[in-house]
Amino acid sequence: MSLGIILVSAIFVNNIVLSQFMGICPFLGVSKKMNNCVGMGAAVIFVMLCATAITFPIYKLLEKINAEYLKTVAFILVIAMFVQLVEIILKKFMPSLYDALGVYLPLITTNCAVLGVTLTNVDSGYTFLQSIVNSLGTGIGFTVALLIFSGVRYRIENSDIPEMFKGVPATLVAASITAMSFTGFSGMFS
Amino acid sequence: MSNLKEITKGIIKENPSLVMLLGMCPTLAVTTQAANGLGMGAATTFVLICSNIVISLLKNIIPKAVRLPCFIVVIAGFVTLIEFLMKAYWQPMYKTLGIFLSLITVNCIILGRAEAFASKNKVLPSICDGLGMGLGFTLSLFLMGSIREILGAGTFFEKPIPFLSENPMTIFITPAGGFFVLGIIIAVVNKIANRKPPEKISCEGCPSASLCGGDKTKCEQTKQSPEKEAK
Repeated sequence: MSLGIILVSAIFVNNIVLSQFMGICPFLGVSKKMNNCVGMGAAVIFVMLCATAITFPIYKLLEKINAEYLKTVAFILVIAMFVQLVEIILKKFMPSLYDALGVYLPLITTNCAVLGVTLTNVDSGYTFLQSIVNSLGTGIGFTVALLIFSGVRYRIENSDIPEMFKGVPATLVAASITAMSFTGFSGMFS
Repeated sequence: MSNLKEITKGIIKENPSLVMLLGMCPTLAVTTQAANGLGMGAATTFVLICSNIVISLLKNIIPKAVRLPCFIVVIAGFVTLIEFLMKAYWQPMYKTLGIFLSLITVNCIILGRAEAFASKNKVLPSICDGLGMGLGFTLSLFLMGSIREILGAGTFFEKPIPFLSENPMTIFITPAGGFFVLGIIIAVVNKIANRKPPEKISCEGCPSASLCGGDKTKCEQTKQSPEKEAK
């Protein structure tokens, strides 16, 4: 599979939020303001790329000692530790970037999108370069979905909707319509 | 008596996915069929009860500062266990659930219960809490799955329903239908419970919620205050 196809497919066709349902919590929680979306998206792309780069050799190692079944335990531990480490390093050496991303970093540990993308990479047997490209595409897809949806949400906040639908239900119905538009991409690559 | 209360609170009053809005990803992703909902619910309940037992036993040994990584490793261990069990005894369900079985590890319900309940209570109440939360989660997944399967495919547990199976509304088994059905169910729950719709989403389950008290702005303040103290 060529790298271009992997990238486009990860961004649009198999959008991680709207067609694979991973990372719904930050998608619904953070998408209220456009600025937050950019910050969260940047943090997710960064963590996904680094997590992929780290977990790929770890999986190769596990394969060598016939312990592939430990991948979930190993990956989540590595991701949790890595996020903590990045937080400490950013705080010490790049305070301005820490202020921009800091709030979102702890939330990412329990974001199933990050663990999901690393597991998908090893399950589909991608090479190192393909894994990196897939993670990049998935991260961009997450950011795109967040940005589009924050625009939709801004309009909902200012409209008159029935009492029982206020808040989360209206957001979910809007997400449904956004997801419907993304189904237009399905079947692009057979 | 109080143990019974721990079980029932998870099913209705604090239903994890419909009232507390935790664990939305599996709620939406695997519920294209009623049976999938039950399978996912059973797997999650198993992990939830086991991790609650272990964490409530180890609560005095685990140091406070590194408790979250410890909890996650315990949970991931049990997830690996259930993966093996399902692969051996329930092959079709193992294939359908796929990656979402591994992703139980990062389900906020389990980490949320470990942090909010099991790490503060004795073993027996923790088991009851896990059982109740698990049942509540399973029930809501089953509800979602039934609605989507009946309307979207015209079948129920893969048995065709007359009329509906000839005219299925396929949109309900697509991702868009998942969001839509969940939105409607939560709106109905809001209406029945006659309560104010929740403003915050899943802050209760967020592992850093203990730092911010479930408030986004406070979350930012607490993040900055240790720095000020250091200065």
